[in-house]
Amino acid sequence: MAEDHGSRVLRRLLDRCGAAVVDTHARLGDATAIVRKEQLSLVMRTLRDDPELAFDMLTDLTCVDYLGEEPRFEMVYHLYSIAKNQRLRVKARVSEQACEIDTLCPLWASANWMEREVWDLYGVRFTGHPDLRRILLYEEFQGHPLRKDYPKERRQPLVGPNN
Amino acid sequence: MDTRERMEDVREADLHTEHQILNMGPSHPATHGTVKFVIELDGETVVDLDVQVGYLHRGFEKECESGSWYQCIPYTDRLNYNSAILANLGFCMAVEKLLQLETPERCQWLRVMAGELSRLGDHLTRCGAACLELQAMTPFLYGIEARELTWDLQEILCGARVTSNYIRIGGVKHDMPPSFPHAAREMIGKIRALLRDYDAVVTQNRIFVDRLKGTGMLSKEDCIRYAVTGPVLRAAGVPLDVRKDEPYLTYDQIDFDVPVGEVGDNFDRYLVCVEEMHQSLRIVEQCLVKLENLGPGPVNVDDRRVRWPAKGRVFNQMEELIQQFKSVTEGPRVPAGEGYFAIESANGELGFYLVSDGSAVPVKVRCRPPSFINTAPLPLMVRGAMLPDIIPTFDFVNMIGGECDR
Repeated sequence: MAEDHGSRVLRRLLDRCGAAVVDTHARLGDATAIVRKEQLSLVMRTLRDDPELAFDMLTDLTCVDYLGEEPRFEMVYHLYSIAKNQRLRVKARVSEQACEIDTLCPLWASANWMEREVWDLYGVRFTGHPDLRRILLYEEFQGHPLRKDYPKERRQPLVGPNN
Repeated sequence: MDTRERMEDVREADLHTEHQILNMGPSHPATHGTVKFVIELDGETVVDLDVQVGYLHRGFEKECESGSWYQCIPYTDRLNYNSAILANLGFCMAVEKLLQLETPERCQWLRVMAGELSRLGDHLTRCGAACLELQAMTPFLYGIEARELTWDLQEILCGARVTSNYIRIGGVKHDMPPSFPHAAREMIGKIRALLRDYDAVVTQNRIFVDRLKGTGMLSKEDCIRYAVTGPVLRAAGVPLDVRKDEPYLTYDQIDFDVPVGEVGDNFDRYLVCVEEMHQSLRIVEQCLVKLENLGPGPVNVDDRRVRWPAKGRVFNQMEELIQQFKSVTEGPRVPAGEGYFAIESANGELGFYLVSDGSAVPVKVRCRPPSFINTAPLPLMVRGAMLPDIIPTFDFVNMIGGECDR
């Protein structure tokens, strides 16, 4: 069987910055690279600027809480290359103690709101983010509700200007 | 120097002026969505804009992570309530990816047809409401009348008008009733007539064109930087459509065009949306022909993990009774793993990233909401424009609160 584009992308990534990549796989047809969080910006810049990769869109960015595992959080990025019509998933683990990772705002403007959402709901900080405010919840909200240890039934008062 | 001389000496540049902050929303009559704009104004010119979303946040992901996979489907209905079937479809197909299921052909055609009806309803709402918010009541009523027709069709198909809950994991709720093709053809004719009327009132209308042309521009490069998809991106000249680029269901067997704009202003977005409505009608017609030629067949996969056994067997066979009991009380178990699946919704790429640990409860249900991502560059579109330009720009970005805020 001819090699599909996904594995070519992963091999190219390993050639360019193999030291930053922990693991790769293509389960269910989704090309995936797991990278060290310290080198995330470097890897992402390569993925965007290398003409053979050319991932010009950061389509999605989210976080998963694996409570009980160490490191606890996993950042998940979905990239898309318009020219190559190819998707790639990049993941990086973030621990609860050092709960921060580099922002991708300098590379893709779409990271801005999505990172604010992850900060809001998971409490992962993004170093270098220009405007890290809550986005879906209000400033007075306490805690980060999508963490697995945040009880679903917990209610917080709606805070307005007068109370 | 007397007072008069002093007055003449003061020029406009010396006057003390400051920017004014204007709060617009969260419940503003001219925005069809619950959103707050904090606008910095210099006279009537927008200097900066802060878009504050989140008023309709209902904890979609949190709810999904505490129920079974099937219990997520009604929540997806309430994401983009203008095109509920498309959200159903995106979620179910992502789950099917994890289960590695292939749905029967008849089901796929039904899904395409239902999805296109849904897209049509969404675009009609967008274009209709845009007219209303620009103080044109009549074309709004044409649009809403046509949307009623699409909802009538949805009602015939699945029993509900808005929150349809039609798509199931591994299939659809049921096949279309025998009366459906005839009703659909009749209504397609009526919708085309309404679109003609709408077009005649709006597309050449001087006031409408002036409000839309050259406003809310977003260049191709900026669209890509902001990961904007859907009609807003296509209006900027990028022919990106998941239905064409990564064809799912039976889109590779369907003849339809992807309209693109030239400059990426509101008028281009409007034209792209109108053309997409005509394309959707074309697709629905092709689906009807195909479904009639296919003849009766299964509309659900024959897989015990996700579908209930036939009722007759449940009442007479022990195995099937147990199966039914387990399906109802527990719901399907999805193999451990992760998957991302994207479809082209009315607003752009609607993706679901799912993580399962092999149990009956999802670990993660991430919805990649096109409304949220397309709203982010709104400040870029209106900076330097006049205050009233925010209205048509926001209309054609078409932020749907339910999907944006989840």
